[in-house]
Amino acid sequence: MQRREFIQLVGAGAAATTLVGCASTQIDAKNAKVLVIGGGYGGATAAKYVRKFSNYTADVTLIEPNQNFISCPMSNLVIGGSKKMEDITVSYAGLSKNHGVKLVKDYVVSVDVAKKQVKLAGGSTLFYDRLIVSPGIDLTYDKLPGMLKPNAQNEVLHAWKAGEQTVGLRKQLESMKNGGVFAISIPLAPYRCPPGPYERACQVADYFQKNKPKSKVLILDANDDVTSKPGLFKLAWSRRYAGMVEYRGKHNLTDVDVKGKTLKFEFNDDIKADVLNVLPPMRAGSIAVKTGLANMNARWCEVDFLTFESKVAPNVHVLGDSIQIAPGMPKSGHMANQHGKTCAAAVVAILSGAEINQLPVYNNTCYSFVSAEEVVHVASVHTYDAAKKTMVTVPGSGGVSAAANPLEGEYANAWARNIWADMLV
Amino acid sequence: MQSFIRKPSILMAGLFVSLLGATSLANAQSLQIKQWAASCAACHGTDGYSEGGMASLAGQNKAEMIKKMNEYKTGKRVATIMHQLSKGYTDEQIEQISAYFASLPAEKPVAKTK
Repeated sequence: MQRREFIQLVGAGAAATTLVGCASTQIDAKNAKVLVIGGGYGGATAAKYVRKFSNYTADVTLIEPNQNFISCPMSNLVIGGSKKMEDITVSYAGLSKNHGVKLVKDYVVSVDVAKKQVKLAGGSTLFYDRLIVSPGIDLTYDKLPGMLKPNAQNEVLHAWKAGEQTVGLRKQLESMKNGGVFAISIPLAPYRCPPGPYERACQVADYFQKNKPKSKVLILDANDDVTSKPGLFKLAWSRRYAGMVEYRGKHNLTDVDVKGKTLKFEFNDDIKADVLNVLPPMRAGSIAVKTGLANMNARWCEVDFLTFESKVAPNVHVLGDSIQIAPGMPKSGHMANQHGKTCAAAVVAILSGAEINQLPVYNNTCYSFVSAEEVVHVASVHTYDAAKKTMVTVPGSGGVSAAANPLEGEYANAWARNIWADMLV
Repeated sequence: MQSFIRKPSILMAGLFVSLLGATSLANAQSLQIKQWAASCAACHGTDGYSEGGMASLAGQNKAEMIKKMNEYKTGKRVATIMHQLSKGYTDEQIEQISAYFASLPAEKPVAKTK
């Protein structure tokens, strides 16, 4: 008996040694079911990396209604005319072909957190061990009565979700007369992509300068001042687009007269323009709100930054633009990609019984095109602060470009190629 | 003989427990390092295999990568963005991330679906 016991223990010890010897290949998520809602920068990345980090032992399904991914970053270049829609479109097929992610082309209509199940518009029900919700943002028009009238939202576009409206806004600019006015209205922060509206103003100005030089660009910002890269954008407007672009802060939009093409503000005079581009206030994507995940003012979803698990729903993780951001953390595609990987590592740790990384660190890089070729960036590095239980920017890290330059234009295009492949290929 | 067998039994049992603990820890460290390294992948490609226009990191020399990152930190090496990003990572993180990329083959392996 004792001898046998000894041998058994030696055997067990040897097995344990083997486990340690190739620890990195021993992670086993035991075929646990991971459902991902939304194939944007956060969700697509999470789906791929749960498969990768679990050594392909987790069963991952991505629920996404669109056939192809269309990128919001770079979509302002389609509006400016230097890129086409096909340049910013990538198929979802690589996720299934290269990584074994199951793709379900459908909408989620409800989530039952207690039963751990998701109902789809097509009628089927899917079960999960862990749910990752990355629904992006919803645009809210309830405080803009004119935008709630029939057809108003088809006439005054946001183009803040790349797709049909990107093409639509481009067409409106193409049909506008030389000497017309383009007016963009920006909501109070936080909103998706802080530098995006200012980049758009530059892209429209670039198009006007080359094709309709008598035209004007008006930026009407609810914020006191430019919320991202202010010095660099203002320099572009005053030098590159002198006399064409005008920036006005503290312009809080209260209504839109769609037929009269007029914007109405809390404290300022009405502004009439030929092409209106209204970015309304935003909140977490509707499925997050409907499921009760948006616990911060029914607007954003609070998460544990070690795991991205919702603060209100167990086994449910939320990523990307729909979360209540940490200080200094922008709502950007790059950031959502970083959320996706950090969440994936945590989900795999939970499912395989490994310890959760207690010190996540990741970065943000946002490139903005001030013309068709020249770019300015903002970058930052974020790390977990255990005392504050949130992500903080690392002191001394990050910064902006010294000046707009074409080299970073090349890097911005390379960034797009690499991050799209990192999500989808 | 009995005492000889029993003592190692206890030792082995203890060793077994500690090794299991080590396995869990090794996995955590591995997932931690993979998360850190994956933060570079947005620009430099998944596992550091660049899709073009950015440097590939996979299979590069570890000491060389650490040296470059430190030169970005001090400003000795000129960059558009890496002088700002490198300052956000500790020496330990840079060492572990560099070791991770150095451990990969320089040529991207063929994708395998499982």
